[in-house]
Amino acid sequence: MTEVQPSKEVAEYTEVHRHPEPKSFLWKYIFSVDHKVIGIQYMLLAVVAVFVGMALSLLVRLRLVCPECSYPLLGTFFPVGAPEGVMTPEFYLAMLTMHGTVMVFMVLTTAPQGGFGNYFLPIQIGAADMAFPRLNMLSFWTTFVSFLLLMAAFVVEGGAPMSGWTGYPPLSALPEATVQGIGQDLWLASIAVFCIASLLGALNFIVTTLDLRAKGLTMMRMPLTCWTWFVTAILGLLAFGVLLAAGVLLLMDRNVGTSFFVPAGLVVSDKVIDHSGGSPILWQHLFWFFGHPEVYIAILPGMGVTSHVLSTFARKTVFGYRAMVYAIAAIGGLGFVVWGHHMFVSGMSPYSAFVFSVLTMCIGVPSAIKTFNWIGTMWGGKIRFTSPMLYSIGFVSLFVSGGLSGIFLGQPTVDLYFHDTYFVVAHFHLIMGVAAIFGMFAGMTFWFPKMFGRMMNEPLSKIHFWITFVGVYAIFGPMHYLGMLPHPRRYAEITGVDYLAANGAAELQMFVTVAAVLTVLAQFIFLYNFVKSIFAGKECREENPWEATTLEWAIPSPPPHDNFAGKVPHVYRGAYDFSLKGAKRDFAMQCNDDKAVFGEPATQASGD
Amino acid sequence: MGLLLAIVVWAITFAMAVPFVTQTWWMPESITALGDEIDRAFNWTLIGTGVIFLLAQAALGYTVWQFSRPTDKPASDSHGNNKLEILWTTAAAVIFVGLTFVTYSVWAETRFIEQKSMQPSADRLIVEVTGQQFVWNMRYAGEDNQFGPTDIALIDDAAGNPVGLDRSAPGGADDIMVPEMQVPVNKEVEVVLKSKDVLHNFFVPELRIKLDTVPGLVGKLRFTATKEGKYEIVCSELCGLGHYKMRSFLHVVSQEEYEAWIAEQASYLF
Repeated sequence: MTEVQPSKEVAEYTEVHRHPEPKSFLWKYIFSVDHKVIGIQYMLLAVVAVFVGMALSLLVRLRLVCPECSYPLLGTFFPVGAPEGVMTPEFYLAMLTMHGTVMVFMVLTTAPQGGFGNYFLPIQIGAADMAFPRLNMLSFWTTFVSFLLLMAAFVVEGGAPMSGWTGYPPLSALPEATVQGIGQDLWLASIAVFCIASLLGALNFIVTTLDLRAKGLTMMRMPLTCWTWFVTAILGLLAFGVLLAAGVLLLMDRNVGTSFFVPAGLVVSDKVIDHSGGSPILWQHLFWFFGHPEVYIAILPGMGVTSHVLSTFARKTVFGYRAMVYAIAAIGGLGFVVWGHHMFVSGMSPYSAFVFSVLTMCIGVPSAIKTFNWIGTMWGGKIRFTSPMLYSIGFVSLFVSGGLSGIFLGQPTVDLYFHDTYFVVAHFHLIMGVAAIFGMFAGMTFWFPKMFGRMMNEPLSKIHFWITFVGVYAIFGPMHYLGMLPHPRRYAEITGVDYLAANGAAELQMFVTVAAVLTVLAQFIFLYNFVKSIFAGKECREENPWEATTLEWAIPSPPPHDNFAGKVPHVYRGAYDFSLKGAKRDFAMQCNDDKAVFGEPATQASGD
Repeated sequence: MGLLLAIVVWAITFAMAVPFVTQTWWMPESITALGDEIDRAFNWTLIGTGVIFLLAQAALGYTVWQFSRPTDKPASDSHGNNKLEILWTTAAAVIFVGLTFVTYSVWAETRFIEQKSMQPSADRLIVEVTGQQFVWNMRYAGEDNQFGPTDIALIDDAAGNPVGLDRSAPGGADDIMVPEMQVPVNKEVEVVLKSKDVLHNFFVPELRIKLDTVPGLVGKLRFTATKEGKYEIVCSELCGLGHYKMRSFLHVVSQEEYEAWIAEQASYLF
């Protein structure tokens, strides 16, 4: 790599942010302030959480196809929820609620941003660490506490909450209306703590991006991954505060007799409820003001990784880099003004629907730009089918499929039919669930050699890709047809309604469950590959095995404690200078000046 | 590998699209004029998104296949194409936002029913529907065409007074409480939606419309069913452990049948 002597100011700046490498295990791996260790901590948390979440989804799937089946082991662990191993409807709802919560908060929010963002944002912008390393540590451990609180809900009396991951009151506000007690409180406490952790993290990301970029790294030269982490952090900063407030208010409604979300005159099982003056719809506004940006918090980093990986392995610069940046910003901005499309049939004023609908449809525009540019990036390239490339191509396909079903739901007229059916379940799982997870697979296989100095097993990753790619379509494709019937979501079984069984819902559900079991099994291939490769993967000490362009590929694998070994990288070009005419190689790293790229004399300037 | 990936992407695309064309799993037949319009809105959306879906996935497959074939040519150093970008953006904007404009009038017809221009027919049938865990309570005004007042203190499920109807108050004596809804065909019906405990959602797939019943609020839906039959009312908002079986029926019958039925219900009162 090319280095320059740091200017006086920069040298002082780096000095301030350098912290000595800790020697003891506790401070090096547990309470580390090193963004790389914290990033891996977030990733491991997400790996644990994703397997918990998948196990919960399997229970949900199993009950849907056989409500009366007995699973003795389950009865041992949950004698109340599954007496003699047969899952009760409330147990089904509890599993459903926890599946959604674990996946959305502990997986989709932690891994892409807290995990990959933490590890690679500072390196990609040429910084020694995050702006506030101790705050960073605090973010992770606060998130961890939140995870423990959530898991505790399983073991308390009454079990986990059953009001869905959206926790709509009055169901979530009134212990009388459910069989649960403290589980819902733990759930709310967990969410509140998670919000605090995410707020701290968001501040750190924003400051780091704005203040710690290397010399020459203008905003418009940043890798698109950094752009997505940056915009995601802004979304987090504005959204999590609102959910935090809502969560605390609901906790108060449940425990100290306030009535923010519970109106007067409620009667549950012949018993008059002692609340007055609240509005259940207020919760929905607050929740979705967070909830919609949350969708982009989950998916934006995946978009960044996809752009990054597609460009790298197509050996071509990102098609329309500027348009991509504007699209990321537009998606982030519009994400804050469309929350009402979750509430078309909630009973809110019908006149607001038009505004929310038009704004929602507008999100289709930057999304279309991104899709077009991803294909444009590959067009005319020389594609290398590494496993990260496969996952990224999978991401594009899933993003298209999952995005287009949103066009149905974004129109209030059509939503009248599809709201709260499996069509919605199919839509958000494809786009915010598996597309985002494909982004993580891409990121993990792409950056694994940098993080651990070893490669993941490519053939195993590819087998995992093929099974998972077909598998997720087999799971979520048929859910669209269930939505057509229409199969309402959150139904513990299909026996309560006549038209479902009569129209093939049982067969479709069975197909989905079989596909889900197989796809979940295939995830153990990835887990095995991941764990084994950390300890015994093929050693890869090369700095730049993928022949990529950004700064993380200019330092050793794994990177030293302070990333650039006390030196300050200088950035000379945009993030994706592939296949430049007249260049010596088909990639030009950001820290290579024209002399290094083209040889003497520098005849051609590179693009921005 | 490129060709294999292209084939898999195309095969998945094809498999996803076919049931939408053959309509293997489909909506039940609509029984209102408004429902037909909602179906038209759905069909427009299906065509628009379907074409984009097929084109985008086809292009994705084609690209990964074509540009992974061995070649001596270096990768293109194109940075983008503003003309194409603008063309694509405009097309997306016109299609997506256009859809909302095209389909929005149906929403207005369904939900702007409080507006002056949407005044209902004077002789419409009003049915009050109150959701509770996990049953639907239907109330008809009875012969005097007037709903009696309710009081939560009078609520007593066991005694058959789930909404707390005051039978002694004016208008209350002849109110009819039933678990299923019966309406005459070709008659405008106004459903007044309430809830006594948590959120529920009143949804009849054949009517194509749904609305949450929100405690503390009154919701309204109007429809004119044009086909006789028995249709299921399914709860579409999570309301607790019995959510999946919170179901009732909408019976659309001839005027004569309706009159006979309502008379029979009234006869039980005295």
